[in-house]
Amino acid sequence: MSSPVLVESLASPVTDRALRAYLGSVPSVDDVMVHQRVAALATRSIKKESKRAALELAVRMTDLTTLEGQDTPGKVRQLASKAVRPDPSDPSIPSVAALCVYPSMVPHAAPVLAGSGVHLAAVATYFPSGQAPGESRVADVRTAVEAGADEIDMVIDRGAFLAGDYVKVFEDIVATKEACGDAHLKVILETGELGTYDNVRKASMLAMAAGGDFIKTSTGKISPAATREVTLVMFEAIRDFHALTGRRIGMKPAGGIRVAKDAIRYLVLLHETLGMDWMTPDLFRFGASSLLNDVLMQIRWLDTGRYQSADYFTKD
Amino acid sequence: MSDSPATVSHAPLDWAYAESKESTSIVSIPEEQGLYIGGDFLPAANGATYASVNPATEGHLGHVAEAGEGDADRAVSAARAAYETYWRDMPGKERAKYLYRIARLLQERAREFAVLETMDGGKPIKESRDFDLPTSAAHFFYYAGWADKLEYAFPGTDPRPLGVAGQVIPWNFPMLMLAWKVAPALAAGNTVVLKPSTTTPLTALEFARLTREAGLPDGVFNVLTGHGDAGASLVAHPDVNKVAFTGSTGVGRLIQRAIAGTDKKATLELGGKAAHIIMEDAPIDQAVEGIVNGIFFNQGHVCCAGSRLLVQESVADVVIDKLKARLDTLRVGDPLDKNTDLGAINSADQLEKIQELVASGTSEGAEIYQPECQLPERGWWFPPTLFTEVSQSHRIAQEEIFGPVLSILTFRTPDEAIEKANNTPYGLSAGVWTTKGSRILWMADRLKAGVIWSNTYNQFDPTSPFGGYKESGFGREGGRHGLLPYMAGVV
Repeated sequence: MSSPVLVESLASPVTDRALRAYLGSVPSVDDVMVHQRVAALATRSIKKESKRAALELAVRMTDLTTLEGQDTPGKVRQLASKAVRPDPSDPSIPSVAALCVYPSMVPHAAPVLAGSGVHLAAVATYFPSGQAPGESRVADVRTAVEAGADEIDMVIDRGAFLAGDYVKVFEDIVATKEACGDAHLKVILETGELGTYDNVRKASMLAMAAGGDFIKTSTGKISPAATREVTLVMFEAIRDFHALTGRRIGMKPAGGIRVAKDAIRYLVLLHETLGMDWMTPDLFRFGASSLLNDVLMQIRWLDTGRYQSADYFTKD
Repeated sequence: MSDSPATVSHAPLDWAYAESKESTSIVSIPEEQGLYIGGDFLPAANGATYASVNPATEGHLGHVAEAGEGDADRAVSAARAAYETYWRDMPGKERAKYLYRIARLLQERAREFAVLETMDGGKPIKESRDFDLPTSAAHFFYYAGWADKLEYAFPGTDPRPLGVAGQVIPWNFPMLMLAWKVAPALAAGNTVVLKPSTTTPLTALEFARLTREAGLPDGVFNVLTGHGDAGASLVAHPDVNKVAFTGSTGVGRLIQRAIAGTDKKATLELGGKAAHIIMEDAPIDQAVEGIVNGIFFNQGHVCCAGSRLLVQESVADVVIDKLKARLDTLRVGDPLDKNTDLGAINSADQLEKIQELVASGTSEGAEIYQPECQLPERGWWFPPTLFTEVSQSHRIAQEEIFGPVLSILTFRTPDEAIEKANNTPYGLSAGVWTTKGSRILWMADRLKAGVIWSNTYNQFDPTSPFGGYKESGFGREGGRHGLLPYMAGVV
């Protein structure tokens, strides 16, 4: 099974020439104005019921993540329970969108999540560096999917991208998508290693054309991880891709989003760039670990008028 | 679109921003406010007053004195006395202390001034809060720094103040235009009589109280509120040494005529019809933001507004599509709501002018686009508006609209862009968007405009001079250049 061709000129086998022509049509990005726009939107004042709705949406959009060398089956099972029921004292709080773990942890998380509607995402393709032969990367994906992952977060080969080997990056994504089967594919660009917004925009257009269902900023292992500026640049690429192909691609900023206030600012950016159509967990996710508890704390504050100690929220 | 593998698929949320209104309780507006002359608030000689109106609600914001016969003379005499008794001969470092104090007080009271500015003028609170007030304070800080360094500003000269400056400012940036004019005048050792615009006198009067708080000697700063005749008698007063005016080209002409044959110095900052040029290699999405900022900042009530968009034909469709989509997201309404992007039109008169020019655009054959937006019932409002299919010969491509209305023209080559950009009696500002550095320099060389922004728009800084060519006036405000018009012995 091969992925559908979204951009006509990029039918398989893709040529270097066709890819360069496609990427050559991508507009450049002006850093100063990107920062200015983000700063302007950061002054949006979100109050009352708008804030409550945004916070609840942030919970539903969270990919609760643990990607540590020290992850154990026990730790992953606990976090999976938290993903299903983030706040045991308040059943009205919805589940998060997904749990995001290493492929080896998928078998441990799958039973806990079964039937909950919470997705199970695995970072595959030799996350975080991606520095492995193509067949190993694809095998990594197959293992994760077979073990029960229904979302795959892959990393692109940044080295190949920076070296101008766009065909390799493209074919990698196509192969990964194929290995995914029905699983959703999120393509991590690792924007912190791409160096410029121009590269981010190009890599976004490349990843979407190659069949990514989502594009994602970062692994969380490189600084800077997600920023609102880089997210805006990727939103603009998503908007262009939609105009070009009619297909809606999702967006996942990941890494460094820790507080509810920040999450709301991302939602404002989303709202005013891609609009209401994208305000759904199907098309926007936060890749985060500590964000969830801060959001829960703010929700409780809005509901009860009281701030509670961090000890009243579970740490899994 | 392929569906999420989840059993539940989430419908998009219906999310609107709840109202987030800046409180007006911080502001108190006296029911009656006099002219500020010689350190006192005094009624006009003939006792006349008029109401200042909130353009977003049409509600009254107290009454202010309406200067008439003899009032300009009283104010100029007070300024002259202050000049001769202490201000002229005060060492620069002492004058600087007052200016620093004013700057700090403006920062401390910034929120109060921002709310007052928005109530009196109709501009969004996010602009008065994040732009007008911080930039006003920055101008006072900047010129305070020059006050004791004038001989170093112009080495080898003998800088001296001119005397009494008569300053007439517009309603679009009442506080900022005050700062642009008052700060360099006082730093250079002049005293001031300021005539704020008829429709926006309140922040100038509050600023008068602030100068009292700063201990500024009586008579150094004076305010004449009223109508055009008050400004005219101030400008024509024989004891005024320097005239500074920002406003329409029409009034600028009257002022030129009034002071012809006198030895009054003058700077005039007048209208504009700025060309905003988008080359095909521009960063398109950021250019769209720049276009929006260029024309919709302060409802387009900006003399340097990028009101004439020149887009290279090869990217015209994509730019216009993106621009229309962006217009749909603009939030028009209550200027005191912190999330408002476009506030009220400053006055009924101005609204009428905008409506008249927009009607001419439609009848001359241009195509109009306005997003659907609910305008408040009371107050004066105009939706953000685009005109496509505009020709150079249309009135909307020639005349300054001074409202949220953008005229879009296309061009094919850089030469054609320059020719069209310069084909206007105005020459205040211009903008160029391209990623090609050499082209920016090539265009900047050829554009006849006082200020040229590249890959940005509407950037202001106290250190940067601002002013126009041709019918946009003469003289520069801001920067070291901004001191020149307030000093003798420097050229």
